[in-house]
Amino acid sequence: MNNEKKNRLNDKLFQGIGIFATFIGLILLAVFIGFIIYIGWDRLSWDFMVSLPSRLAKRAGILTAWTGTLWIMALTTLISFPIGVGAGIYLEEYSENNWFTNLLEINISNLAGVPSVIYGLLGLVIFVRVMKMGGSLLAGSSTLSLLILPIIIVATREAISAVPRTVKEASLALGASKWQTIWHQTLPAAMGGILTGVILALSRAVGETAPLIVVGALTYVPFTPKSPMDQFTVLPIQIFNWVTRPQQEFIINAAAAIIILLIITFAMNGIAIYLRNRWQQRVGW
Amino acid sequence: MKWNEKIIEKLLGFCALITILTTVGIILVLLIQAVSFFQEVSIVDFLTGTQWTPLFAEKHFGILPLLSGTILTTFIAIAVAIPLGLTIAVFLNEYAHHKFRQIVKPMLEILAVVPTVVYGFFALMIVTPFLKTFIPHLSGFNALSPGLVMGIMIIPFVSSLSEDALNAVPNSLRKASYGMGSTRLQTAFRVTVPAASSGIIISVILAFSRAIGETMIVTIAAGQQPNLTFDPTVPIETITAYIVQVSMGDAPHGTIAYKTIFAAGITLFVFTFILNNISYWIREKYQQKYE
Repeated sequence: MNNEKKNRLNDKLFQGIGIFATFIGLILLAVFIGFIIYIGWDRLSWDFMVSLPSRLAKRAGILTAWTGTLWIMALTTLISFPIGVGAGIYLEEYSENNWFTNLLEINISNLAGVPSVIYGLLGLVIFVRVMKMGGSLLAGSSTLSLLILPIIIVATREAISAVPRTVKEASLALGASKWQTIWHQTLPAAMGGILTGVILALSRAVGETAPLIVVGALTYVPFTPKSPMDQFTVLPIQIFNWVTRPQQEFIINAAAAIIILLIITFAMNGIAIYLRNRWQQRVGW
Repeated sequence: MKWNEKIIEKLLGFCALITILTTVGIILVLLIQAVSFFQEVSIVDFLTGTQWTPLFAEKHFGILPLLSGTILTTFIAIAVAIPLGLTIAVFLNEYAHHKFRQIVKPMLEILAVVPTVVYGFFALMIVTPFLKTFIPHLSGFNALSPGLVMGIMIIPFVSSLSEDALNAVPNSLRKASYGMGSTRLQTAFRVTVPAASSGIIISVILAFSRAIGETMIVTIAAGQQPNLTFDPTVPIETITAYIVQVSMGDAPHGTIAYKTIFAAGITLFVFTFILNNISYWIREKYQQKYE
């Protein structure tokens, strides 16, 4: 076989390997999820959704877990959305090109790479002990807010920088102040991109387990939380708790709870992708 | 400028400042607790000890077993993610139709979206029993299975960033290579991959950082038993899993067990901090800008 033929063959061979590599991960994930649905589907029922946790696997439900997850989502949004968008606006519209801006940028890129469990340690000392929040929803959502802040900031900056200069300059030329321009022109135009980023960030927060365990979320909560200062559990922690039990029935519970968690995660990502596509189509500057 | 405009600027600046405060907070919290830990345990014992038993009656505080567990699972994950991720990046960039790429790239992101506790379930309930059919002596908890699953999870980190880097290589280089009679494979590995090397290296470093910090998969499926070993078939414990293990047991504030999670935490933070900074530095310094 001559050299040229060999090269062509290698080329074709790599194409096959490429297709294999591209789909092997997704196929495995599909198999895994199929397995989860297979063992967990029958356990899903209205009772499972509205029952409190129990030592008897068959009577245990995820009421406290999903209400906790909803609370965490709501509080985390309230805390992280204004701070993250505010920081994004500052970096994109106000900051000058100096050492401080440079430091902010290195810092945000660094924070995005800090393991989530480290945020848990930060939350444990600052929110739980120093600010005396205890193992409350507020402490948990404050911790998760810091965790997802870099994602929101980066998304905000990208969305703002995609707004054309001409729009801002037109507004300024008409006599609007800097903030009026941002509030009435830049932010509305960038909102699609910002919301996409926020939803993606929140979907990450919903799946987080380790930082909340470190902050002191409980694995067994016999009541649904009524205020941000209440103790709580969330779906991923409930799943973790059931996975670590030796009895087969709890494994089935865990699979059923995973189905719910995956539905929430995929739905949020779906909404984010839908928003991104719609926003990209609508804004044809 | 009106006074309210100035207040708004200050408020927005404060929002940005919170990110700095977060970093300062992390470093201070870890340092203060770790210093208090090292007043009770010598730093030499910590760094060279081969036993980690802070929760037992006879306490040993050698971080090496946790470190070996972390390194072991990390390298298994990397051994999966780097070859697959790079192959995907080259394939999507050089071979695939751009419409195919547009559809497949977001699909791959799904792998990174699934919560890690779910991957932990996969590793423990599906992958370990499956591997047992080939490796009969594989323990129910081991480093191999969570490592492999973690590798699948971080594929998109490698493939996505690497593909972006390959995509930034100007087409003229590619065309020149084809003009010389190269195949797509030769073009990819002799022209575009070397040209995009800084971006690819960044993606590899970030994958390492991600694997080192990954917590729930290893907590669930690796066994929570600190063992100084590089045998992937026996139970081990990573730094991250240890922090979760102690947190589950609610170690009282001020006890040595409580302080150990910060000593473990600062070790973890140092590793990821160095890796993250190297990647940032490469991006600033070597990222070639093609006009």
